[in-house]
Amino acid sequence: MAAPKRPPLPVILLANDLLDGDVVFHTGRGWSRDPADAAVARDDAAAAALEAVAEAEMAANRVIDAYVVDVELAADGRPVPRHYRERFKTLGPSHRPDLGKQAEFARK
Amino acid sequence: MYRYDEFDERFVRERVAQFRDQVARRLEGALTEEEFRPLRLKNGLYLQLHAYMLRIAIPYGTLSSRQMRQLAMIADRWDRGYGHFTTRQNIQFNWPKLRDVPDILDALADVEMHCIQTSGNCIRNVTADHFAGVAADEVEDPRPTAELIRQWSSLHPEFVWLPRKFKIAVTGAAHDRAAIRVHDIGLRILRHPETREIGYEVIVGGGLGRTPMIGKVIRDFLPKEELLAYLEAIMRVYNLEGRRDNKFKARVKILVHEIGTEEFIRRVEEEYARLDGPSINADPEEVARIAAYFAPPPYETLPVRSHQLSVQRGLDPAFARWVDTNTFPHRVAGYAAVTISLKPVGRAPGDITSDQMRVVADLADRYSFGEIRATHSQNLVLAHVRQDDLHGLWQALGEADLASANVGLVTDIIACPGLDYCALATARSIPIAQAISRRFQDPARQREIGPLQIKISGCINACGHHHVGHIGILGLEKKGIENYQITLGGDATETAALGERLGPGIDADQVPDAIERIVGVYLRERTEGEEFIATVRRIGLEPFKRAFEAQGAGELADAAA
Ligand code: HEM
Ligand code: SF4
Repeated sequence: MAAPKRPPLPVILLANDLLDGDVVFHTGRGWSRDPADAAVARDDAAAAALEAVAEAEMAANRVIDAYVVDVELAADGRPVPRHYRERFKTLGPSHRPDLGKQAEFARK
Repeated sequence: MYRYDEFDERFVRERVAQFRDQVARRLEGALTEEEFRPLRLKNGLYLQLHAYMLRIAIPYGTLSSRQMRQLAMIADRWDRGYGHFTTRQNIQFNWPKLRDVPDILDALADVEMHCIQTSGNCIRNVTADHFAGVAADEVEDPRPTAELIRQWSSLHPEFVWLPRKFKIAVTGAAHDRAAIRVHDIGLRILRHPETREIGYEVIVGGGLGRTPMIGKVIRDFLPKEELLAYLEAIMRVYNLEGRRDNKFKARVKILVHEIGTEEFIRRVEEEYARLDGPSINADPEEVARIAAYFAPPPYETLPVRSHQLSVQRGLDPAFARWVDTNTFPHRVAGYAAVTISLKPVGRAPGDITSDQMRVVADLADRYSFGEIRATHSQNLVLAHVRQDDLHGLWQALGEADLASANVGLVTDIIACPGLDYCALATARSIPIAQAISRRFQDPARQREIGPLQIKISGCINACGHHHVGHIGILGLEKKGIENYQITLGGDATETAALGERLGPGIDADQVPDAIERIVGVYLRERTEGEEFIATVRRIGLEPFKRAFEAQGAGELADAAA
């Protein structure tokens, strides 16, 4: 099978934690539940490295549904997914601001 | 209500133990996700966007107050304090952790509940009319039939690995409240016009999703005792000929459509003639045993009309309005069936907090023999309330924000979880429902508009039944933005019809205006007492299309100005 086409750069790697189901972001060293901690890959080599991490981490049964998504960088440097679907994964249900990451990692 | 026998109890406990073991092996790494996924799906555990999701079966939509309290306990202990009732008369929890799921399943088994047949390519949880056993227009309670099918299908070795999921719905009434024409098999209990004997009208090949179809009648009258053998014949024809090569073509609706109704009937009847009916059909004693569980509760003998109710109605107009919209005629004098709306203005359709679950459970104990129903329109029902008690019930519901007087009206919207939760979604559904219900929140205006069903899905899978909404809304993606297609003229009842598209898709913020325009055409065109769907049928789509297009043009003009 041909490798699925990688989204445009820059990208981050996200997944769901196997045990909790919670959305997690790869920091370059491990997984964090806070989207602000996501490591941003700005070139092909870094993106390929994240993809390799995705494969390895799924094989190690730590996460499921791991894949890279393309992001924009906010003014404060935080990565924000370009597609609304993945943006919701970094936030939580849009009608319930009291739930999900938008509540847990609310920033002033 | 149906109670587990020893066999059911053992079966459910064994499944929990099995799943506990499967989870342990998954966590140890002995099972890969590819191996584990079908196993978790067989136990109702999905992965959504933000977390896992657990889907719990509520067979034919009936649950006890004790079960409702247990759901509240589960919501508090292992989830986030709320649940979501779905169009399949199930309840879903949106935040369970994989490590807790075996404990949740055990807690469910403690109250005779489970998640079996809520997912996967099997015969799914059988749904039924939510007014089963109480509707004045009913021939026979459909739930014993649904329970019989549940028992027959849960264990049937031939049907655990079907080409695709298979959904059966049953009604015992002339007016279809169970959407039987959009299920793989729909059964309607009726009396033979001449012999007066009880039997079934059998409908096959309905369904929504990517290729919506209205089911076809394949038997006008099937004697009651022949049910299981006849269903078995249908399932065999499907199992043998249904397409396994393409999952989008694997539903029985595609088979019926491709070979034609006549040919499908011929094959079923041929198979039926070959089957050994008596060895398959249920033992009459077993049928009687099941039916006994659904015996009516000990009603009191009451006058047909409650004097107290008339007085209270006169004194309290808000109460009178709620009685008008949220109660349904009961076949027993002095009683009413009450629908508890889970659609307060501006909230997610079908969502209920654990505190509200406990309130409903307590009120069911106090006023309705401890029994609760879940409806496919994502509301709850207390089916046996004395008319004398309606006022007390209404007040208690009001304190828990459960007394919205909008059943069947424009704000009683069906919406699937959409992109706020669902990994398959292409757009959000819930915020659209919220925006429409805020726009139409004025109770007087809602009553002025009258019965109108809006149904919203967040992708073509159609979990929100949009094809059969009087107004249907389908959320899609267009160039990286959520986009909504509006359909008109759908109907989920005995006059089932699929809605037709009004025009090109629109942006989320244009949806309330579009609904406004559609409603405007209806209010202008309707004749005295004519309901929305009747006007649409009479005048056709054109006037609505023109109003819809005018909106698009108006916005272009605004943008150019
Ligand atoms: C997030 C979890 C869900 C997933 C993954 C999911 C998945 C699907 C899929 C793939 C289909 C299309 C099946 C086909 O056409 O063969 C479907 C159909 C359907 N689902 Fe869901 N669904 C979910 C949630 C729901 C909810 C919340 C409801 C109830 C509100 C629901 C009720 C239905 C119904 C009624 C259909 C009708 C189409 C038919 O079977 O003909 N589902 N679902
Ligand atoms: S219709 Fe689509 S978005 Fe809505 S619940 Fe079903 S699969 Fe998810």
